[in-house]
Amino acid sequence: MRQIRTLEVTTGLFVLLGVAALFYLATQTTNYRSYGGRSYRVRAFFNNVGGLHVGAPVRLGGVTIGRVNLIRYSMTRYQAEVGLLISDHYDKIPADSTAAILTQGVLGEQYIGLSPGGAPTFLHNGSTIHFTQSAIILENLLGQLLTHAGHSGK
Amino acid sequence: MKRFFALLQPIWEFGAALGRRLHFLVTSLALVPSALARPRQFIEQLFYVGSVSVILIAVGGLFVGLVLALQFYTALSRFGATSSLGGLVTLALLRELGPVLTALLFAGRAGTSLASELGLMRATRQIDAMEVMAVDPMRRIVAPRFLAGILAMPLLAAIFSAMGVLGSYLIGIKMMGLDPGVFWSSMRHEVRFHSDFVNGMIKSLIFGVACSLISLYEGYHARPTAEGVGQATTRSVVISSMAILALDFLLTSFMY
Repeated sequence: MRQIRTLEVTTGLFVLLGVAALFYLATQTTNYRSYGGRSYRVRAFFNNVGGLHVGAPVRLGGVTIGRVNLIRYSMTRYQAEVGLLISDHYDKIPADSTAAILTQGVLGEQYIGLSPGGAPTFLHNGSTIHFTQSAIILENLLGQLLTHAGHSGK
Repeated sequence: MKRFFALLQPIWEFGAALGRRLHFLVTSLALVPSALARPRQFIEQLFYVGSVSVILIAVGGLFVGLVLALQFYTALSRFGATSSLGGLVTLALLRELGPVLTALLFAGRAGTSLASELGLMRATRQIDAMEVMAVDPMRRIVAPRFLAGILAMPLLAAIFSAMGVLGSYLIGIKMMGLDPGVFWSSMRHEVRFHSDFVNGMIKSLIFGVACSLISLYEGYHARPTAEGVGQATTRSVVISSMAILALDFLLTSFMY
């Protein structure tokens, strides 16, 4: 009887230890909780999102404050709708802030850069960022450059 | 014509061997609910498969973490990127080394004991005796061990990886003097919950199924002699290790 008891206790300890390790790895070493739970959603509409993808960082002055959690095309506005999940620590972002799709480095990952405006009201859960700047598409830029060069040559 | 069939013989036998293992797998899986209905046996097996391996796994994980951190530190310092040490070590542990090394250690520690135990039962006619008494040995012996093996593997892999993270912390912060904030935040920044953590755990669950299946099959079908038991034990380690490494490649190429 005594031996069976030790066996059960040891097995229980093993399972507890394993579950604790699972929990620790999931919550402390991954991005699981970084922006989950304590964050709010904001929408922004862009003419062109370029190579932006879900999970891309949202930065304010270079500091990551959230993630992109949704990209879809809005058939009512004929623009791409981007959902941003911003951490609750940053709840005093002016409502007239600008969102731009920027690129890290020359060919790096694309992210959303916010620049604060001056409005006395703040972005809150469900609000929309009205001032946006789309991704810069290299092909369009080159095309414009070429037509421009062609016109000025005449 | 005869010669042609003789050439096909090994392929035929390979297929038959695979089929027998598949049948064994399906039968054991079908009996898993009945194993859950008898928790005492299952808990006992979880002890023999899991609890006794904890020390080995924990020490293994700690040293793997220490070595990984040292090696990555040297490599990263040449690129001036030691700030991503934490993320790199954790990625390596969660995605690859945790599940694979745990499975290999498990095959050596728990797999052999399963195979030799069942082999000895076969050799001492205990399995035959059960069949005579109308007790289904698959239900009574194999199912609880199989379930215990499947459940123990992800838990052991988690312990391995957590100890590895501890090891990398000791090297990175305590020995090399990296900034703790940078170390931990690189981990959270680089490691994705779904694609890294969850997939690693799925991997180790599949390794658990493969390892337990192979060990139990080899033991259950051991030749009933002293030599046969020894061979079954050896085969269980050899086949398990090869299966783990091959499965790992397949799973990695499909998952990521």
